[in-house]
Amino acid sequence: MSQTLAEKFYYLMKLGRELEVRCKEEYLKGNISGFLHLAIGEEAVHVGAVIGFGKGDLFCPYREHVLALARGIEAKYIMAELFGKVTGVSKGKGGSMHLYEPKMDFYGGNAIVAAHLPHAVGAAYARKLMGEKAGVLAIFGDGATNSGTFFESINMASLWEVPVLFLCENNQYAIGTHISRSSALKDLYLKARDYMPSVQVDGMDVFVVYEAVVKAKEYIEEYGKPYFIEALTYRFEGHSMADKGDYRSPREIESFKRRDPIKLLVDKSLQMGWLTEEQIRLMDQKIEKVIEEAVEFALNSPEPSEGELYTDLYCGVCSDVIP
Amino acid sequence: MLYRDALNLALDHAMEQDPRVLLLGEDVGFYGGNYKVTDGLYVKYGPKRVIDTPIAENSIVGTAIGMAMMGLRPVAEIMTANFAMLAMDQVVNQMAKLRYMSGGKIFLPLVVRMPQGVAKQLAAQHSQSLEHLFASVPGLYVFCASDSTSAYHGLLYAIKLDDPVIFLEHVLLYGVDFPLENSKDFNPFQARVLKEGKDITVVSYLKMVHDVLKACQWLEEEGLYCEVIDLVSLRPIDFETIYSSVKKTKRLVVVYEAPKSFGLGAEVSARVCEELFYFLDAPPLRIAGGEVPIPYNRRLELLAIPTPERIYSQILSWSKSHGL
Repeated sequence: MSQTLAEKFYYLMKLGRELEVRCKEEYLKGNISGFLHLAIGEEAVHVGAVIGFGKGDLFCPYREHVLALARGIEAKYIMAELFGKVTGVSKGKGGSMHLYEPKMDFYGGNAIVAAHLPHAVGAAYARKLMGEKAGVLAIFGDGATNSGTFFESINMASLWEVPVLFLCENNQYAIGTHISRSSALKDLYLKARDYMPSVQVDGMDVFVVYEAVVKAKEYIEEYGKPYFIEALTYRFEGHSMADKGDYRSPREIESFKRRDPIKLLVDKSLQMGWLTEEQIRLMDQKIEKVIEEAVEFALNSPEPSEGELYTDLYCGVCSDVIP
Repeated sequence: MLYRDALNLALDHAMEQDPRVLLLGEDVGFYGGNYKVTDGLYVKYGPKRVIDTPIAENSIVGTAIGMAMMGLRPVAEIMTANFAMLAMDQVVNQMAKLRYMSGGKIFLPLVVRMPQGVAKQLAAQHSQSLEHLFASVPGLYVFCASDSTSAYHGLLYAIKLDDPVIFLEHVLLYGVDFPLENSKDFNPFQARVLKEGKDITVVSYLKMVHDVLKACQWLEEEGLYCEVIDLVSLRPIDFETIYSSVKKTKRLVVVYEAPKSFGLGAEVSARVCEELFYFLDAPPLRIAGGEVPIPYNRRLELLAIPTPERIYSQILSWSKSHGL
C-alpha cells in the first residue's frame, strides 16, 4: 500500500513541481501571461488531499495547477490553458486561475478569495439531496479564513449538515501580510472547531496530509457532516509572478526549504524501502517527457478564433429542461 | 390574481413539474416569505426543498450556485434588492462569469429573485431601484415582472432557462390584483406593447408601467396618443420592438424609478439616437428618480420618484415644446 502510494505521490508532486518550474520559464519567455500563482512548496497538501479524498467534487482557489494534475487533468490541457489556447481546459478563456473539468468533478479555480466556499456548501447540499455520499473537498488559503464568506460557509455547512471537507492550506501569508498581522487566532483550525471536527496537521509531509484527509473523508461520508483540516505549509515562491516574496527573510525561507515536501517524501520512501533510486530516475524521465509534450502541445495549439469572443456566455435552453 | 400569488403559483408549478427545483432564502420556508411569495410551499415540499437560510446574502447566492453546478435548479430569494448589495461578489464575479470562464463547461440554471423600488417610507436602505447594476453585467439575464402575467410566465421561463437570471419584482405590486393571462408562448425576451399609439413611444418597466399607463390616459384627453412598451427583459433589451415603435411615433420617452443618471434611460435613448437619429422629431426624454437617496418623509419621498401626475405634465410640456 505505502509503496503504491509513495510512487503515486512522488509522480504527482514532482510532476506538479516541474510543471510549475516550466510555467515560470514560459512566463518569462512571454508564452504565459496574466497572473500565475505557483504552489511550489505546497505540493504535499495538494496531492495528499486530492488522492486522500478520492471520489468527490473539488472546489479550489486560484493556486490550482497541482490540484488539477492530481485530479487527473492532463498537463498538456493545463499548459494550453495557460498559453491561452483553444485546446486548454477552459478554451483559453479562463487562464491559470480558472481551470474547470466538471467531467472529473473539478470545479475550478476561483480568483476571489473564499468565494468558492459557498459553492462547495451548495454542491454538498445537492449531492446529499441526490443521495450521493462522496461529498465535497474545498481548499483555500489562510487569508480566506478572515473573510465573512468563510464564516458564512462553515456556519451553513454545519447548520445544514452537509458533507464538505474544508481544507485550509496555511502558508502563513496573504500575499505579503503574515497571519500574525491579519488573524486574531494564530491557529486557524480553532476558527471552525465549534462548528465541526477540526484538526491541524503538518502540511509538508504528504503521508500525514493523506492520512488526515482519509480519516476526514470517512467521517463526512459516514455522518454526512462537515470537517475541517488546517495543513501547515509554506510557499517557496512569491504570491504570484508579480511578487518576489522578499518580505520574508532568507533565513525563514531556507528553514522551510529544508523541509521541502518532495525531499521529505523521497527521504522517507528510500529509508522505508517504498521507493528505489531507479524508480525515481524512471519517473523523472517520464515527467520530463510529459512536460516537454505539454509545452509542445500548447505551443502548437491554435488561438481561439475571433468568433469565440461571444460564445459560452449564455446557452439559452441547452440541457434537459422542465417538460 | 394577486401579483404575489402569481409568483407563488409559478414556483409551485415549477417545483411540481421538476424535482430539481428548490427554493432558498431568508424566511422563505417556515415563515412563508417576507412578502409571502413562498407561502405554503414549505408545508407542501418540505424543508429540504424550501430552505430557510441564515442572513448571509453572499452565501445564499453562493450556495445556490453550487447547487446549480450539480444539476439542481435553485431559486434564491434575496429579501430586497438593497440586501443584494451584500451578494454582489457572487452575482457579478461568480454567477455571471463561471460559464464563460469555463469555456462553456459550467451550467448555472439559477434564478435570484428580489423585490426593489420605493414602497412607503422605508427610507434610503430599503427603497432603491438597482436594476442598472445588474443589467450592466454580461453573463446575466435580468427580467422584470410588471404584472401577474409577466410574474407567472416570466418566472417559470426563468426557472426553465439554463442560464442565471436576476428576477426583479416591485415591492408595491405584491398586493395588486391583475388578470393572469393564459399566454403559453410568453417570451420575456420580447418587450410587450401594452398600449398602441401614434404620437409618442413611452418605454418603461416594473411598477412605473402602471403610472405611465395612467398618465397616458390623461394625455389622450389632450389629443396625445402614446405607445406604451413594457420591457420584460433589461438584459438583453428588445431594441427591435422599441425601434419599430419609434420609427412610427418619432418620439421617445423612458420612465423609470431609479436615479436618472447612468440608468436604463441612458441606454435606451442612446441606442435610439445611434440607430434612428434622423427619424426623431424630438430629443428623447427621460423621466426618472432624483439624484438622492430616498428620504423617509412621505412628501419628500414622492418628490424623489416619478408620479403619474409628473409623468403626465413632463410629457405634455416636452411634447408642446417640440411641436406636437
